[in-house]
Amino acid sequence: MKASRSTQLFWIAGAILIILYALIPVFWIVSLSFKAGDDITNKQFLPTVWSWENYKTVFASDLFTTALRNSVGMSIIATTISVILATLAAYAISRLEFPGKRLVLGVALAITVFPVIAIATPLFNLWRTIGLYDTWLGLIIPYLSYSLPLSVYVLSAFFREIPWEMEQAAQVDGATAWQAFRRVIVPLAAPGVFTAAILTFFAVWNDFVFGITLTSSEAARPVPAALAFFQGASQFSQPTAPIAAAAVVVTIPVVILVLLFQRKIVAGLTNGAVKG
Amino acid sequence: MSAIEMRNIVKEYGDGFKAVNDVSLDIADGEFMILVGPSGCGKSTLLRMIVGLEDITSGDMLIGGDRVNEKAPRDRNLSMVFQNYALYPHLTVFENIAFPLRLMKGISEDEIKRRVSEAAGMLELNEHLDRKPANLSGGQRQRVAMGRAIVRQVNAFLFDEPLSNLDAKLRGQMRTEISRMQRRLGTTTVYVTHDQTEAMTLGDRVAVLRRGYLQQVASPRELYEQPVNMFVAGFIGSPPMNFMPAVVTGDRLKLPFLEVGLPSSAAGQVSDGQLLIAGMRPDHFEDARLLDPVKRERGAIFRARVDVTEWLGDSQYAYLPFESNPEVAKQLADLAAELDSEALRTQLIISIDAMSRLRENHEGEFWADTDRMHLFDPKTGINLTRDEAAAADLASLEQEELADRRGELAK
Amino acid sequence: MSTTTPAAPTTKAAATKTTHRRVRLTDRARKERNLGWMLAGPAFFVMVAVTGYPILNAIWLSMFDYRLTDPGAKSFVGLGNYATILTDGLFWRQFGVTVIITVVTVAVELVLGFALAMVMHRALYLRTALRTAILVPYGIITVVSSYAWAYAFSSTYGFVNPTFGLGEFDWFGGTWSALFTVCVAEIWKTTPFMSLLLLAGLAQIPDDYLEAAKVDGAKAWQRVKRVILPNMKAAIMVALLFRTLDAFRIFDSVFIMTAGAQNTETLSFLAYRQTISRVMIGLGSAVSVILAILVVLIAVMFVKVFRTDLSQQRGDRK
Repeated sequence: MKASRSTQLFWIAGAILIILYALIPVFWIVSLSFKAGDDITNKQFLPTVWSWENYKTVFASDLFTTALRNSVGMSIIATTISVILATLAAYAISRLEFPGKRLVLGVALAITVFPVIAIATPLFNLWRTIGLYDTWLGLIIPYLSYSLPLSVYVLSAFFREIPWEMEQAAQVDGATAWQAFRRVIVPLAAPGVFTAAILTFFAVWNDFVFGITLTSSEAARPVPAALAFFQGASQFSQPTAPIAAAAVVVTIPVVILVLLFQRKIVAGLTNGAVKG
Repeated sequence: MSAIEMRNIVKEYGDGFKAVNDVSLDIADGEFMILVGPSGCGKSTLLRMIVGLEDITSGDMLIGGDRVNEKAPRDRNLSMVFQNYALYPHLTVFENIAFPLRLMKGISEDEIKRRVSEAAGMLELNEHLDRKPANLSGGQRQRVAMGRAIVRQVNAFLFDEPLSNLDAKLRGQMRTEISRMQRRLGTTTVYVTHDQTEAMTLGDRVAVLRRGYLQQVASPRELYEQPVNMFVAGFIGSPPMNFMPAVVTGDRLKLPFLEVGLPSSAAGQVSDGQLLIAGMRPDHFEDARLLDPVKRERGAIFRARVDVTEWLGDSQYAYLPFESNPEVAKQLADLAAELDSEALRTQLIISIDAMSRLRENHEGEFWADTDRMHLFDPKTGINLTRDEAAAADLASLEQEELADRRGELAK
Repeated sequence: MSTTTPAAPTTKAAATKTTHRRVRLTDRARKERNLGWMLAGPAFFVMVAVTGYPILNAIWLSMFDYRLTDPGAKSFVGLGNYATILTDGLFWRQFGVTVIITVVTVAVELVLGFALAMVMHRALYLRTALRTAILVPYGIITVVSSYAWAYAFSSTYGFVNPTFGLGEFDWFGGTWSALFTVCVAEIWKTTPFMSLLLLAGLAQIPDDYLEAAKVDGAKAWQRVKRVILPNMKAAIMVALLFRTLDAFRIFDSVFIMTAGAQNTETLSFLAYRQTISRVMIGLGSAVSVILAILVVLIAVMFVKVFRTDLSQQRGDRK
């Protein structure tokens, strides 16, 4: 549809408003993280003096650096395993006929519906008995089961879009099943797998409930949980400025991924939801 | 290059549905065979069984004399052009065409280059070799798919409705292109289509399928002139054959508009008062005023009101409405539904000389070539007037042509 | 023809016949079956093992009076815990809080999300910037967004009070104002997801419909009401379902922003507090089970409405 100049201006104004809406809270926490000393209570949007002090504090604290290491490590491991398992499952679901296919999808759906907290508390009991409490593995396992449904749905939606005629064409052209998979299907499926990986990473990186219920120390506590347990100089006041700085640090990977892959993320989110 | 033989091929799905039913078909070495029929007739399934993408429930599939039922597609040495072309989107045109060669061991890079450029040259694709399929037009994609099919020496080419995604003009051009390519390479070809024009123009022989059953296998000419039943008669030809109720009265036959003598070939098979269906092609009629006097003698003249005329420059159609018998109308509606069309009204569509100045809503005088009329049993649809001798003549003509072509190639 | 699926697997009919080829065919189907489970099995196992057991375990434990600090006193009480919870006024207040948060956030998100989707769909310029910006709230950690909003509303650090001339107003001092801040944080973070789902629905409406409506004399608002919205029903239902289920389980932002103070506890928070903080395993498990049942009920309700709605829509068109 052709839009007149004035309606286009209207949409542009809308776009700018939305961008502000999305970014102001982010700028706010960034600006907060640069406020040093008493500047934090200046009640203004911007700091009077921009200072790296809070970042130095945060990176000097073992609490944060271990949590960051935990978060990065567990997210990468969980994302990798989850995407590998989900790719295999999604391939089977979108391509093969086997009894119980609906059961797999049903279980996946049931998990997305089930409240995380309802799983976390029984897991808390179980992990304590079998010694997984407060370990990386104790968190990676629930991360897997909670991110799998999402990746399975995103990937099956994506795999359904692949023109599978290609695979048959390749077979007619003389390819073995493995050659058809390796030379034709993998290059076509790779973007979808990549998108699923990003979405899975977001989900795992965001976890808070498992983080606070299944850990009790620095051994496995991820950043979101650690932020809530940050303690300042005095026992009772939360160190606002360092928390802001830490929050900014953990937001950086998200922003980078969004900047690089916004198109893929949008496609992945909408495909999985609407068609799956 | 090989002959393909099918012996009592059946395809039954898990739910008991038979997509292909006891089909036996011999395709000679170098022959261009068309599989045609309305959607759901099993033609694509049959093709996919030849290539090995579909299991054969029972029967034998022989390619070059070897039974291939259990062979994987890659071991059958066939190439196929898919309806949606199935070009690999991540590969360039060159790599798409080279794909089958890359899968074979022991072909040097030079050899691949030579063969791809030869195939591309034949299809005039040389300037597009570095592009990706997404950047090509529909016709170019179609040619790439063909390039991939001809790049290696195969036993046969298989086409699954390759032109159905192209617009009418391009379809015509590509049709000629496919025909030319097949004549030049002399490779056995099986071509699936639902388009009767493609069937008529491309094939040495055409196999007409209906609900999984083979109806008739014959040259286009034989299908047109000596169909075995109403289904084939109605499917082949455009505009389609006219079907009219015909009542036997003594040795005469009463049709709408006219009355003719009962053809001798049908005489023994019908009884007095029986209702038949008469089939006459649009080109079996003419405007009586423009008729060659020689022809006048061997036909019947009748008067009728013209409803609509369509003048196309080189030809002209006239529509003559008539009241049909309800029993026949029901039969025709069923047949039309099966042929993916709709029987809107009972009318005679006739092709008349473009010079004719017939006026709509006026009466005109027409001539019908009643000798070429066919009579069908309304219950079974069987053609009661098929001339087996004429059919055999046409068949031997087709055989000669194929032999000729093979001889040319051998030189 | 869309015959891209491989040979349909043969069922009993084929299996009972014993000709040589039949057997081969079932072999192929069996192979496919085995491969299917080999590929889907690991994912299935992880999903079931890690969630199936805890769910059953929770149901089991919910029938005991069981405190982690006093394991000796563990005793079977049947549905006693449920009776305790359902007759407790506190539970119903938390249920009410959860419902309020859910209804308010989802309603606002739907309207706001639709506006966002419209802008994203129609704006010719700034498209990439728009989509990138909108993904930031989606991708950001909930805890981080909660902190950002908590500090923004804070009377000690925040810019909200001075900006709107509210002086020393303590947002976290009262139930309603505290809930308001939680809702704002939740809406900010999740509207983008909603709007992307709606955008997908919007993009599926052919421009022809809108042009036809224009020719037929529909004004902008009429086009939205009579053409766009009816054609987006499926997308709207999906978006509402996802978000309602999510909102009903709200936990992170409540934990960070109010820690449940000023009667802002939600059901998820209650489950957490009973089990983890108070180690009342039996009671906490019962709360979890109730929460799960409620969520399932909501989902079932949605799916029911959704189904009838979809079939009606199909009926209309044909």
